[in-house]
Amino acid sequence: MKITQHATDTTLTLALNGELDASSSVLLDTELSKPEILRTQKVLIDCQQLNYISSAGLGVFISHLQTFQDANVKLVFFNMQEKVRNVFEILGLDSLMTIVPSEADAAAV
Amino acid sequence: MKQAIRISCSRRNLKVVRDFVGAYLAGQQLSEVVVNQLILAVDEVVANFIIHANAEDEKQFLDVRVDVRDHEFGFEIEDGAISGYSPGSYQEPDLREFVRVGKKGGMGMMLVNRIMDRVEYSTTGEHTICRLYKTLT
Repeated sequence: MKITQHATDTTLTLALNGELDASSSVLLDTELSKPEILRTQKVLIDCQQLNYISSAGLGVFISHLQTFQDANVKLVFFNMQEKVRNVFEILGLDSLMTIVPSEADAAAV
Repeated sequence: MKQAIRISCSRRNLKVVRDFVGAYLAGQQLSEVVVNQLILAVDEVVANFIIHANAEDEKQFLDVRVDVRDHEFGFEIEDGAISGYSPGSYQEPDLREFVRVGKKGGMGMMLVNRIMDRVEYSTTGEHTICRLYKTLT
């Protein structure tokens, strides 16, 4: 798992590259746990190169969602492959999280 | 044709198992979404055995076997020791509550149960075996 960051004044974009499982999810958890992330308005997760996600990866997002909401930080996923989106859908997480088709859609949220 | 792989109980081997299952399923004319679901179900059970049942003790091992008969895909994950892992009392969690309290774990078996037709655990001698079945036509 490789995570590439791009930050503006209001938005932090994390591009995920690889497979997010019980082994690699620690890296993502570390990134999402940084205190400065709560000072941004929006965290965009670029999933174009995210080829796999297990419950461990989903758990990382779930565990930070309430903290983000309390801090008025929007968490938005975009460019998600169908097979990865399907995993969110199996658990109904697509109704708890914001998943949009493109980066332009994510910017408009 | 049945195929099998043995791994030690390290998280690093999750990828090894996924690649093994993926290679087996590659020739089965399944959609990418379905292949991913089956790989995910096996991955979740293997992760539970590695992390929770064996505390990532690399001296312990798991055997993973895959087979397909009459459109029924079967996956067998055998723990080399009595794992004491018993999902028998498993109840589907409330994910909104997970969000509220910031809980990280506890969704793996929910995925497995929703993906597979049957999930069976048994203990034979000193081994714990999880069998997963899914019929695809």
